[in-house]
Amino acid sequence: MIELRGVSVQYNGHRVVDSVDLTVGLGEWVGLIGPNGAGKSSLLRAVAGTVAFSGDVYVRGRPTSGMGRRDLARLVAVVQQSPLLPEAMHVVDYVLLGRTPHLSYLAAESDADVAITEAALWDLGIIHLADRPLGSLSGGERQRCVLARALAQDAPILLLDEPTSALDIGHRQQVMDLVADLRRTRGLVILAAMHDLTLAGQYADRLAFIQRGVIEADGPPSEVLTTETISGFAGARVTVMRGPNGEIVVVPRRR
Amino acid sequence: MTAEAPRRISVRSLLVAAVVAFGAIAAAVLIGPVGLDPGRVLLEVLDRLPLVEVESGLSPREAAIVWELRVPRAVLGALVGSTLAMAGAAYQGVFRNPLADPYLLGVAAGAGLGATLAIVTVGSGSLLVPGAAFAGALAAVAATYALGAAGGGRRTGTTLILAGVAVAAFLTAAQTFVQQRNADTIREVYAWILGRLGTTGWADVALVAPYAVISIVVILLHRRLLDVLAVGEDEARTLGVRPERVRAVVVIAATLGTAGAVAAGGLIGFVGIVVPHAVRLIAGSSYRVILPLTVFGGAAFLTIADVIARTAVSPSEIPIGVVTAFVGGPFFVVVLRSSRRDQS
Repeated sequence: MIELRGVSVQYNGHRVVDSVDLTVGLGEWVGLIGPNGAGKSSLLRAVAGTVAFSGDVYVRGRPTSGMGRRDLARLVAVVQQSPLLPEAMHVVDYVLLGRTPHLSYLAAESDADVAITEAALWDLGIIHLADRPLGSLSGGERQRCVLARALAQDAPILLLDEPTSALDIGHRQQVMDLVADLRRTRGLVILAAMHDLTLAGQYADRLAFIQRGVIEADGPPSEVLTTETISGFAGARVTVMRGPNGEIVVVPRRR
Repeated sequence: MTAEAPRRISVRSLLVAAVVAFGAIAAAVLIGPVGLDPGRVLLEVLDRLPLVEVESGLSPREAAIVWELRVPRAVLGALVGSTLAMAGAAYQGVFRNPLADPYLLGVAAGAGLGATLAIVTVGSGSLLVPGAAFAGALAAVAATYALGAAGGGRRTGTTLILAGVAVAAFLTAAQTFVQQRNADTIREVYAWILGRLGTTGWADVALVAPYAVISIVVILLHRRLLDVLAVGEDEARTLGVRPERVRAVVVIAATLGTAGAVAAGGLIGFVGIVVPHAVRLIAGSSYRVILPLTVFGGAAFLTIADVIARTAVSPSEIPIGVVTAFVGGPFFVVVLRSSRRDQS
């Protein structure tokens, strides 16, 4: 579904993503892990086409460089790390913005677009918030709105940039469960930059560890989440353990 | 569920806005230094409409006052007010900056320099003055756009606003220089800068109308895309929109309209800020609601301001730019306070 070949991203001559090759297959959830500034967000931005890059990105076998903005937006939906939510905008209007790539330049939304928007609100359990202004919502509710907007976009690929970093542990799990459910029911392909290594190990099928713009490890969580790899996170000291159900747990150790 | 979705404008609010605007225009036609019977004035206006024949009972001189002075001036005020208010709302939308007004990218400074040059060379009565103001306004925004991408950088909202500040400062300095070198015309230049709706009858209306209509229609057509831009340029891109293109089209439309309005009315301030924000506070944040209501709100606001400008110290006139700020400031505070109370 997504294929990156020799993708590099530069900011002011500084290379933050360095000839990355990465493939995300049909129905797969790939987690991007790595320390702050490793290039996770830039890599996602290259796939979304919101940053200039060299190399090739293929989505469904087609190079994104030859696609129009709207064509790409129909295939790839993005949940940004800290999206801008206009305080006075109402939830339903915000989620309806997800229909933008399906509308021509000066067209208005049809009833079908409104129906798709309402379905997205139902799926995320926020239909009761439809007429509330975004500024009145809690952090967890806001994150659901952003996800609903991405769902309304009706794209087969979902890029998530640290979608849970502002949430508490319970809301993190809720969002992750939601994404897992949506992925199953809607057959989404997911490429997500993730900070919480334990959650990354539990939810993603595969993890790609990126450091200084280079992918250092790529494989199932049990192979990637090792004490050695994680020491790449600014020298972090951790123990990787198994929970009661065999799930991976990354525990920090005090010096 | 969402029959009353906030993005949808209700027919009732549109009707109310239209009634207010036409009421203001009617007041402007009825009120003037020469006391005319209101009923006869209305009949006279009716008589001028196509397919209507009524006898108003006004003398030819009185009829001329109504049809050659008051009506065109009221229509001009409505057109200029709508255009400036829409341009302000459009700029606030594409730059996501609540302090943006139609003069953000240097229109005022460019028009000021153009008008000053024309006044000192051929005099303030010349038809060249509005032409020079118009050309100066467009040239200033073109310079801002060119400068906004200078140095190979990406043209973002911020670089454009900064370029606008630089261009405006430069042109204002040039205008001040020219003005100081020609002290004999300083009064005329000053009067032009403070704004005054023309009294040359339908000629001014004909001058402004094409730019006003094009500008208002183009901005109205972009109302949904302005809502998309509200979530930021990056997000808009991931939704398949090219923010640079939307911004360029909307800015060109708003600039054309503003240049036309400035050519006819001088630098009338405050309309472009106060009207869209008052509409926002009353009716919500979606541009699909703000923009249609702003068309009527701008017309009503400036028409009433002009009535005050004409009558407050009659028979002389207050510059309309003074009235818009003097009346608009307190009016805005009232709207701000009452909307805060509603929310708490």
